[in-house]
Amino acid sequence: MSASAPQYDADVAAVAALAPPSAPAVDETRDAAAIAQFINIGERTNVTGSAAFKKLIMAGDYAAAVEVARAQVENGAQVIDVNMDEGLLDSEHAMTTFLKLIAAEPDIARVPVMVDSSKWSVIEAGLKCLAGKGIVNSISLKEGEAAFLEHARKVLRYGAAAVVMAFDEKGQADTAARKVEICERAYRTLVGIGFPPEDIIFDPNIFAVATGIDEHNNYGVDFIEACAEIRRRCPHAHISGGVSNLSFSFRGNEPVRRAMHSVFLFHAIRAGMDMGIVNAGQLDVYDAIDPELRELCEDVVLNRRDDSTDRLLAAAARFKGDGKAIEKATDEWRLLPVAKRLEHALVKGLDAFVVEDTEEARLVALNSNGRPIDVIEGPLMAGMNVVGDLFGAGKMFLPQVVKSARVMKKAVAHLLPYIEAEKSAGSSSKGRIIMATVKGDVHDIGKNIVGVVLQCNNFEVIDLGVMVPFQTILQAANDHQADMIGLSGLITPSLDEMVTVASEMQRAGMTMPLLIGGATTSRVHTALRIAPAYEGPVIHVLDASRAVGVAGTLVSDTLKEDLVAATATEYEAIRVARAGGQSALVDLATARANAFAPDFAAHPPVRPAFTGVRAIDDVSVADLIPYIDWTPFFRAWELAGFYPAILEDEVVGSAATALFTDAQAMLAQLSAENWLSPRGVIGIWPARRDGDDVLLFEGDNRAEVIARLPFLRQQVAKREGRPNSCLADFIAPDADWLGGFAVTAGAGIDAHSARFKAAHDDYSDIMLKALADRLAEAFAEYLHERVRRELWGYETGPAMSKDELIREKYQGIRPAPGYPACPEHSLKRQLFDLMAAEAHTGITLTDSFAMLPTAAVSGFYFAHPQSSYFGVARIGRDQMADYATRRGIDLDTAEAWLRPCLD
Amino acid sequence: MTIAETLRAEAGKRILVKDGPYGTAIQKLGLQEADYRGDLTVSHDQKGNNDLLNLTRPAAIATICDAYVAAGADVLATNTFNANRISQADYGLEDRVAEINIAAARIIRGCVDRATAADGRPRFVAGALGPTNKTLSLSPRVSDPGYREVDFDGVKAVYREQIDALVEGGVDIILIETVFDTLNAKAAAFAAAEAGDALGRELPVMLSMTLTDLSGRNLSGHTVEAFWHSIRHVKPLSVGLNCSFGATELRPHVVALAKAADTLIQVYPNAGLPNDLGEYDEAAETTGGLIGGWADEGLVNIVGGCCGTTPEHIAAMARAVAGKRPRALPRPPVALRLAGLDAWSFAA
Repeated sequence: MSASAPQYDADVAAVAALAPPSAPAVDETRDAAAIAQFINIGERTNVTGSAAFKKLIMAGDYAAAVEVARAQVENGAQVIDVNMDEGLLDSEHAMTTFLKLIAAEPDIARVPVMVDSSKWSVIEAGLKCLAGKGIVNSISLKEGEAAFLEHARKVLRYGAAAVVMAFDEKGQADTAARKVEICERAYRTLVGIGFPPEDIIFDPNIFAVATGIDEHNNYGVDFIEACAEIRRRCPHAHISGGVSNLSFSFRGNEPVRRAMHSVFLFHAIRAGMDMGIVNAGQLDVYDAIDPELRELCEDVVLNRRDDSTDRLLAAAARFKGDGKAIEKATDEWRLLPVAKRLEHALVKGLDAFVVEDTEEARLVALNSNGRPIDVIEGPLMAGMNVVGDLFGAGKMFLPQVVKSARVMKKAVAHLLPYIEAEKSAGSSSKGRIIMATVKGDVHDIGKNIVGVVLQCNNFEVIDLGVMVPFQTILQAANDHQADMIGLSGLITPSLDEMVTVASEMQRAGMTMPLLIGGATTSRVHTALRIAPAYEGPVIHVLDASRAVGVAGTLVSDTLKEDLVAATATEYEAIRVARAGGQSALVDLATARANAFAPDFAAHPPVRPAFTGVRAIDDVSVADLIPYIDWTPFFRAWELAGFYPAILEDEVVGSAATALFTDAQAMLAQLSAENWLSPRGVIGIWPARRDGDDVLLFEGDNRAEVIARLPFLRQQVAKREGRPNSCLADFIAPDADWLGGFAVTAGAGIDAHSARFKAAHDDYSDIMLKALADRLAEAFAEYLHERVRRELWGYETGPAMSKDELIREKYQGIRPAPGYPACPEHSLKRQLFDLMAAEAHTGITLTDSFAMLPTAAVSGFYFAHPQSSYFGVARIGRDQMADYATRRGIDLDTAEAWLRPCLD
Repeated sequence: MTIAETLRAEAGKRILVKDGPYGTAIQKLGLQEADYRGDLTVSHDQKGNNDLLNLTRPAAIATICDAYVAAGADVLATNTFNANRISQADYGLEDRVAEINIAAARIIRGCVDRATAADGRPRFVAGALGPTNKTLSLSPRVSDPGYREVDFDGVKAVYREQIDALVEGGVDIILIETVFDTLNAKAAAFAAAEAGDALGRELPVMLSMTLTDLSGRNLSGHTVEAFWHSIRHVKPLSVGLNCSFGATELRPHVVALAKAADTLIQVYPNAGLPNDLGEYDEAAETTGGLIGGWADEGLVNIVGGCCGTTPEHIAAMARAVAGKRPRALPRPPVALRLAGLDAWSFAA
């Protein structure tokens, strides 16, 4: 790899910083598939909790009431609570009317409903209107076990989950012990009649604290302690609660109430509370609460001091909304530098000043020769990272994050026209990428940012939005002839969905690269789960800044192969490490002690018929045609299947046949008219193994060393009986031979390619390149056979069929530098120098050791019958240092070259 | 073993085959008004009332059933798609609903018992419940979205009448099919559960949803996963998809459902999409090949045909799945699984 190649393996924070770092380990998604976060229940459609909603319902203004529900869902409610308990209302009628109306609104009806009433008849009437699976709020042991079970059985039959109040015949549970006792009893009773434990949601009663009555002081602690114990005793059950009760005694002092709620949730969620009726407007960011106020609230909620109520009461006025302390703080952030203001706005979810601050940031960037995109990649991303960290630490809650996301979107929207304008001044599209947030996931901020960044860099981005099923993604990729697909997802189930997309791409016979991004995605998950599902390139992209490098490399003819091969090797190493359950590497000495030992006694090295270097210029295209492996040709055209069966394939058979006919016609013409001149070179040198190196000699006496070829050894800990292989192992330590070759079928291709392009005949141009690639591979196959049978001459007996050749049934291997068995590309330079390959073949090497023309193949010949292909995978830094010495390069260069395989 | 246990045991060994439609087969008979009506005294025209043929042309229905048995079907459904009080109101035959269903069940029971007596192979009689032509989730009046033509208890009672009659006629299983409204299906399943209470045993239920467009939702707007979450409490013997489109278009949704549902998957697509004349012309081998592909992918446990499929299609499917391993039931992690129109899962 060249040093300029993208670094796709570093390990820093992800762009879509909204993800909880505490999300379940991504490589164990099977066991942790669901969203492990707080479930936010919308409570504005509750006549007992919202005076505004009550007014609408009492006035019969259901149209406006429906809009309240819509706003709830837009604000991030994952369940909407509907309550019509009002003495002057026909509650059953109001409940069913409202539920039927919201059923007609897809924006609202997409989330589940919580039917909330203290009257069973209202609940049952509501259940009869729920087509989906909702939640009943609530049932309890208040009227005894018989009534409780009767209701539970009905809930089960209607198909709903249930909130169970910590309430029994004796009354509402107040102490932790009572809460636990009632909940456990209810749990056992319910599970006894087959009620699914995961459908039980306990509400262990959040009561007001700091009321001035001493008995109330421990209510917060009682709830928090009960949470932990209930979760322990009642597996799979959930815990919910109405948080605003807690701060009842501070009505009118919203800052104090908000602080109390945040502090309480911070501790209750840690104890196992995973659902709640929470209004985003009634919460503060835990870390952003004034430290003094936070401590006072914590004293109250956790009942840490006898005088905590008094102290909070005494201080409360100072923090009141109209108090000076707050007002000052409110204005103070406007005096911060612009980057900090943007961060503050993002964390607080304040959008009032975001456009003017973004504009200011853009001008700041402009004045320092920056670009509009720098505002996104700089201050805005930094702010979102802070949001992500707070969310992950449980110090921000989903509704707040949704508000932050809106602020971000507003800022990006302001910048987009500038970014577009800048782009139109630039060049044409570098490539086309389909982007989508996968089915089941609605998070799109990270994806949108990546999209913007790519567009700034002249990629054409086709954004399919969120919740996109695989069939839409594949269809769009085909319709738009995309260069690659980028998938995004934030929640852990999306990881599985990405695997589905990958398998469907495989099924559809696609070959385009698949990029994986989003905060819960990881290199490890991509390697273990996604990459094995798809034979095309699969690459995890860590963040937006890397997306451009990766996408740019993937549309580059010269760099793509390197990146794809290196990524494949890297992911294979991850898989190997995980498969064995031994992610550790052994040290180099141990690995060497476990080298592969061929049986040189049974199979002694065969003296070649010829040694030295020889140009191969007597080969015509016609000679190569029989050696063509056609299967990859069809794959290059995205037709899946094996040749020749593909010609008869039910689905792609007719397309494959038509393509094959065109290919044959062009092949005949280019052969007859000598468009391409195959050129090659081989070398065979006396050699011997020296540790992990192979020494090459001028003469048979092996006195004058002409080259030292260092090879890499596998260091991944192996199972008993499996060697840590190195290509050098296949060469005898005393006297042996090693070969090398470079071939191209691409000489002369440019003139014809240019001719086709000028005629806007992309089809012929691609056809020519695809055929040249196949001919180069065929040349390598042809030459390898000639080497085995004639030039080296170790293979005797009847010649193999072409099919046997393609299936590599022969003895010996021809590994190429840059491929898994010798992943370090710079060996190509050594090999080329030894053979004077440039002079003999016209193939040149780029700085990153890619061959031009691209229709070229090079590699080494190992003749021993026990030689075989393997992947070096990961190596340790000890081997890197050792390799640097053997290769004669400094450590920095070694690190750059070996980075893809470094542990 | 109960019927449900027997069916699960059979489904563990092989992919089961369900029959094809009655409508397509009846259409080919070219019956006229007099054939439909028989010697019944009726107030409305009866041509097209295929359910009535259980009373007036029982031999024709038995012949169709026998053809599906011969084609290799293991699950044989009754010809009762519209044999409910709501749908029969269009023919003025509300009061014959019980009679029609009892007769329908007896015909299939007879065919199946004869076949099983002959070869010993277990087969199952499924009493088919159509969706009715009324919907609990949608208003037929554009200007009044809160209006409903029917209510839950009413639909439940309509289904209960049909279920009781089917059980009296001898069905093993209740098949709630072509579900375009998830709430109608919930009412049907509720009725089946209550019928089971009355019988003092569990009445096994199969549920099959139909999609109204390629986005993968039914008429009431539910995705296949949301549908599964909404009816999982019924503990159905199988859940699946029928009608909608052909196998090709149905496949992505089968993939999604197969991944989500920890019960048997039953799919019976149409014979492709209708052509310009509204006819289904997908060849039996084509349908069979597509279904065989699903079997190779491990997507299905029970396969069969809907609109446009014939005994030849069923035979082709039976050949295509023979000897192939049935789908293994997934074991999704325990989670609180809710549904609006979309499915929601929360770790438990």
